[in-house]
Amino acid sequence: MTPLSARCLRAVVKKEFRQIRRDPRSLMFMAFLPAFMLLMFGYALNFDVKRIPLAVVDGDGSRASRGLVDKFRTTEYFDLKAVLPRTAAIDPLMAREKVRAALVIPAGFAEDLLAGRSPAVQIIVDGSNAMSGTTAAGYAGAILQSYSQRITLQALARRGLGSAALPLQAEVRVWYNPELRSAKFLVPGLMAFILMVIVTVSTAFSIVREKERGTMDQIRISSLRSAELILGKIVPYVAISLVSAHLVLLLGQVLFGVGIRGSYPLLLLAMLLFLVGALGQGILISAVTRTQQVAFLFAVLTTMLPTFILSGFVFPIRNMPAAVQAVTYLVPARYFLDALRAVILKGAGFGAVWGQLLLLLAFAALSLGASAARIGRGDKEPSPRRRRARA
Amino acid sequence: MAEPAIEVRSLTKRFGDFVAVDAVSFEVERGRIFGFLGANGAGKSTTIRMLCGLLDPTSGAATVGGHDIRREPERVKRAIGYMSQRFSLYGDLTVAENIGFFGGAYGLSRRALAERLPWVLGLAGLVGRERSLTRTLSVGWKQRLALGCAVLHEPRIVFLDEPTGGVDPASRRRFWELINGLSERGITVFVTTHYLDEAEYCNDIRLIHAGRIVAGGSPRELKTSVIRNPILEVACDRIVEALEILQKEPWVLETSIFGMSLHISVEDEEEGRRLIAARLGREGIAVHRADRIMPSLEDVFIHKIEEQAGTGEAGEARP
Repeated sequence: MTPLSARCLRAVVKKEFRQIRRDPRSLMFMAFLPAFMLLMFGYALNFDVKRIPLAVVDGDGSRASRGLVDKFRTTEYFDLKAVLPRTAAIDPLMAREKVRAALVIPAGFAEDLLAGRSPAVQIIVDGSNAMSGTTAAGYAGAILQSYSQRITLQALARRGLGSAALPLQAEVRVWYNPELRSAKFLVPGLMAFILMVIVTVSTAFSIVREKERGTMDQIRISSLRSAELILGKIVPYVAISLVSAHLVLLLGQVLFGVGIRGSYPLLLLAMLLFLVGALGQGILISAVTRTQQVAFLFAVLTTMLPTFILSGFVFPIRNMPAAVQAVTYLVPARYFLDALRAVILKGAGFGAVWGQLLLLLAFAALSLGASAARIGRGDKEPSPRRRRARA
Repeated sequence: MAEPAIEVRSLTKRFGDFVAVDAVSFEVERGRIFGFLGANGAGKSTTIRMLCGLLDPTSGAATVGGHDIRREPERVKRAIGYMSQRFSLYGDLTVAENIGFFGGAYGLSRRALAERLPWVLGLAGLVGRERSLTRTLSVGWKQRLALGCAVLHEPRIVFLDEPTGGVDPASRRRFWELINGLSERGITVFVTTHYLDEAEYCNDIRLIHAGRIVAGGSPRELKTSVIRNPILEVACDRIVEALEILQKEPWVLETSIFGMSLHISVEDEEEGRRLIAARLGREGIAVHRADRIMPSLEDVFIHKIEEQAGTGEAGEARP
């Protein structure tokens, strides 16, 4: 194979830049939509459950019961919205989503505690949203647990057993994301997701548009080869999508406090490999389709769902059935996401992510190689007769 | 004689069961204007696309500029220019940017491009409009710019696929002057058209119908050799009625309406003139004039197609 011609390459790059410049809508789409989507998703996709509206039915009205209610009130997880006279009053409030959890303290709560009987405290949780429901129940359970431990210790102390200690004291430390904020987990995922979709969709139009306009034939007659055409088309898009990726990074830092702990050059390398691969996928789609509509559909279908569901962006891959886990290996965003989280959140070095980078490189090589082969062939499918002659 | 610019042997293209081009053979001499004529769907574009290396033939062989289209498609590409019926330019690039892009795509150096740019602008008549967006140009200008871009790299052979489709008559005329200019520079021009009147500009013609070549030669040869029977151009009253009457006469060979007159093909000029006047006279139709004319290419084409397929169909070949 002869080396690529710089003249041909330059001609394509210049042409693509000019065409992009004259089409401000697609330029905006590529450069700013990712940042805008991060903004939207970043605030909407929040798995942290805080300030759960709470109703309280205090059937005891004692100091002990008020103490328990205070426990709930002083955490940021619950927000006391209503104090109700009886349990039946909870239902209408919860139905209208005025409250999402309720604490019911039965009459005789303090008495039972003093007598050493275990009073039953009821927690009612709105389970219509399973995710926040489970979390609310968890928080409430934890608060009750710690409250009941204290009562036990106090009771023991009163019986003259001095200051007893609990047998096990767990000291939990959360690394990389000590506040367990879902933003830290989600922002890298969003980056991978948004860039994958936008970048692939943008280039999915590139070749098919030339086919529709007939300029593709003109190019195929020229001395321009498919590798030059593809590289020339990719260069401007790599530049724009890198800018776009940096906007997303910046926004992630400014708005969601997700700073880069690891090495920036390593992050840049990961982004570059991933973006080239995604661009290659777009070009490949463009090379095999005949109309822009079909190309668009293909691009959205092959990026949106796989990246959302199978990359580990939202749903942990570990929890998936083995067959689905196997499929996730085909989703390039998975590797990018692993690398991003490692570098951004954990400050991991090259040694921790080289495998992911290698796979991203393979993805880029595969998608670009397949595009070049497909474009080189054009519509010159061998006729049945020739195929037989070859066999 | 020098090696022909294009040599085609039994070139065939099938799409499934449909035979688009059926064992076509011809030669094109260097520096000539070669016209490939036929109705839409006759197989003209398919033939051009095979010769340009855009489409693989099902069978048969061809050389373009001495290069085999199957074995040396890259050499073929370097020897030719191609302009499609859609004047494929980038509407969102300016005139100069289009020329620049195609120059680069053909591998022209900056200096070569700088030399060719004014030439192309002059050819297209676009001097001073270099910075106009191509999509704002009229069709005639787009067409000439597309031609300019197709010959930027000074190919020895140019393929023009329906270059005059959808273009006004004045622009068509100008365009054919450009084609003549190319031919005078020694460039071989292979042009397809379904405008039969344009064939008069060509040195050599092939008529293609349903994938087969039905006639060939220079326009003069075609007109004199294909149709040996005299054709009379008859000017008379009520021509549609007259046509219907004459069609039924055994001594009338072929009939057709051309504008406000009839073309009637007969065995003998003198006798035919007398018979026509007598027959129409009986119906009270006055014959003003019945002159022998040189058959037009349209006459030739219709004659050939009717010879092949019986009757009917031929109408679609008319402009």
